[in-house]
Amino acid sequence: MRLYLKYLSIHLKSQMQYKTSFLLTLLGQFWSSFAMFLGIYFMFSRFQSVEGYTYSQVLLCFAIVLMAFSLAECLVRGFDTFSVIISNGEFDRIMVRPRNEMFQVLASKVELSRLGRLIQATIILLYALPSSGIVWTFPKILTLILMVFGGIAVFSGLFVVYASLCFFTIEGLEFINIFTDGGREFGRYPFSIYGNNVLKFFTFIVPLALFQYYPFLYLIGKVTNPLYMLTPILCFFFLLPCYFLWRLGVSHYKSTGS
Amino acid sequence: MIELKNINKTFKVARRNSGFSEAAKSFFRRDYELIQALKDITFTIKEGEMVGYIGPNGAGKSSTIKIMSGILTQDSGECIVNGRIPWKERISHVSEIGVVFGQRSQLWWDVPVIDSFELIKDIYKIPPKTYRVNLDELISLLNIGEVIKTPARQLSLGQRTRCEIAASLLHNPKILFLDEPTIGLDAVSKIAVREFIKTTNQRHNTTVILTTHDMQDIEALTERIILIGKGQILLDGALTELKKRYSDKKTITVEYTGNKFTLDEGMTCLEQLKGHAKFVLDTNILSVSKAISEISRQVEVLDISISGATAEEMVVSLYEEYKI
Amino acid sequence: MKKYLSFFKIRFLNGLQYRTAAYAGVATQFAWGFMSLLMFSAFYKTKPEAFPMEFSQVSSYIWLQQAFLALYMVWFLETDIFLAISNGNIAYELCRPIDLYNMWYAKNLASRFSKAVLRCLPILLIAFFLPRPYGLSLPENTITLLAFLLSMSLGVLVVIGICMLIYIATFYTLSPMGVRIVAISFIDFFSGAVIPLPFLPDKTRIVLQLLPFASMQDIPFRVYCGHITGLDRVIGILLQLFWLVFLITLGKFFMKKALKKIVVQGG
Repeated sequence: MRLYLKYLSIHLKSQMQYKTSFLLTLLGQFWSSFAMFLGIYFMFSRFQSVEGYTYSQVLLCFAIVLMAFSLAECLVRGFDTFSVIISNGEFDRIMVRPRNEMFQVLASKVELSRLGRLIQATIILLYALPSSGIVWTFPKILTLILMVFGGIAVFSGLFVVYASLCFFTIEGLEFINIFTDGGREFGRYPFSIYGNNVLKFFTFIVPLALFQYYPFLYLIGKVTNPLYMLTPILCFFFLLPCYFLWRLGVSHYKSTGS
Repeated sequence: MIELKNINKTFKVARRNSGFSEAAKSFFRRDYELIQALKDITFTIKEGEMVGYIGPNGAGKSSTIKIMSGILTQDSGECIVNGRIPWKERISHVSEIGVVFGQRSQLWWDVPVIDSFELIKDIYKIPPKTYRVNLDELISLLNIGEVIKTPARQLSLGQRTRCEIAASLLHNPKILFLDEPTIGLDAVSKIAVREFIKTTNQRHNTTVILTTHDMQDIEALTERIILIGKGQILLDGALTELKKRYSDKKTITVEYTGNKFTLDEGMTCLEQLKGHAKFVLDTNILSVSKAISEISRQVEVLDISISGATAEEMVVSLYEEYKI
Repeated sequence: MKKYLSFFKIRFLNGLQYRTAAYAGVATQFAWGFMSLLMFSAFYKTKPEAFPMEFSQVSSYIWLQQAFLALYMVWFLETDIFLAISNGNIAYELCRPIDLYNMWYAKNLASRFSKAVLRCLPILLIAFFLPRPYGLSLPENTITLLAFLLSMSLGVLVVIGICMLIYIATFYTLSPMGVRIVAISFIDFFSGAVIPLPFLPDKTRIVLQLLPFASMQDIPFRVYCGHITGLDRVIGILLQLFWLVFLITLGKFFMKKALKKIVVQGG
């Protein structure tokens, strides 16, 4: 942990060398998620509701997903840009250092400009929390927190999967974006609006719905079964196969060296 | 300290010919070629030895280094470094080695070098006291006291290389792998780096393995060289031994007046112009003094120089001898 | 002209090498389009009368957007152009007997084209066989098709005209990366890449449809699905033409100015 803070301070120092770039990137990140918000706003000013979900409920859902995504992105950005680490040989350096490889990749990149999204998410969340009409009892607050953490777990897992695949090929990995960027884009709306098959896919295969749809139902009071509140915990199990894939990738790297 | 036994390694490489139809074809199907990067590599290096590992590009040098540093696993054979199998016990293994990759930096680009050092201190869990002592020693030996306060991107190549080497030695490694450490440096920096490597080896008994194309590095630093070509070890021996092998051949350059002179048996002509001649003399056939007296009998000698084989020439003739 | 063609060929061959990338791109685009359609269909089910166009027209719009993503997305920028500007290698480029603006323009066109050719066919084909109203429908008549092809070509040229301005802007700023990110995220929204422009409220829409960003993908796609016909179609295409000329003139002007600065400063 102390070492991570050290890495963090170096990243901070580096990024402060390029203040304009930092601020502009922050602004860009902020705007691109603001555009997503505008998308929702304009759609709802035309349609008022979708499949029984109101505007402020959807905003709440959007804010939670965006928050989980941006936190995951800040934390594990090193995995997101792993193809660079592989192709410029930096992974060799990681391998000759006496620390866990995963930790080093994690710490190799912390982009604070990604906070642009987080700021956006916070603002929307602050707006949606009171206007959603939810009475914020303790279980509901807990659900909200679980949702964010579950989301961080799933998105981080997906970034790790992406990085692990980089060991085998760096071509054609953009399909992972369907789940990371796509999860963020389409997770604006509860996954049920996309139909049953999509919901099943995002429940059992890429468990985005486990932190988004099911606990959300509990949050807005559509179900009262407290089990729904705990589904985000299942998200953490998703990290296991991701970790194994990573191990597999490292051993492949060791046998081919490229 | 380092023991490699019958190491083999094969890579799979995609292949494609040029041209439009070939590009289109490879879009659907790809051919692979197996390339044997290392064939039956065997050698032992003792503690405190300085070894030059040489060979042309693509001969297998970096694959061997990668196996020894635990980045790569061999297909077959045994590699034991410091009593450990590198890839199996990566973390404990690498905490006792230092690696300098010639053209890649381990310093953070935008922050003062000292910040990078501080981070390395934490990565390697170097005790504060040891760190202090090592840092002081490295600063004074490499003369980087001022330099380390500057961000790496503002340093000259020579300054940066010195900092890179310091960064690799902060944790007192028992073995140091240097991959072309002097590449691109000016003459003064090269000498400084060589001097430093020598001192480190003597003071701490660090085992040094050096890959380079610069034969002056080899001559200045190592007593033993290992020559690799096409994945095989072609030669492993003391540099002086090798020199002796070539010492019976001398290159003689003569400036003279008068007509061209005839060459005796044992003299192989390199160039002969009017008033200037250069040839190789095999001293087993004709001694140096006899050769000189023979020439001065024929022509008026103005200037004469005799030189033994340099490491550079030796390597060239070795490459030729083994056709690599 | 010949040199631009050979340039084009190299780029194209280069693009062909990335076969896995192309497969993955097709899969990604397909999934993306599918999800977008499901989203619109959810809104359609909730309140069909609020839809600004036929559902099948939206389907066509979305599939065209996904199929021709490589042609219309601003973020397909050439990294080596940014590099050449920031590390000063542009000085070497200036030594070649070639107009830099035209060369970069050709470069962009070629790499967009090579990317799109590989990817558009499978997507168009699959989308075409999807059941109505989710699939891609054929244009109503030959005139619509011809108008679409014209409008589509103009659209690509406008996109590159905008990209050129982004490259040129990096001459003037300290932070190419930042400019890029801000520009891309703004343009994405205004061009209808986030949600198709017809879905915006009327006042906003009318303003946006006059801006150059609508000339990128919105006009051609609406021409294709028959959302604009007759006189509106002619006006749309003329608008595209206007923006194209405007953007290129603007780009050439600023490029000239920027290069002069470089020559004076010596890189």
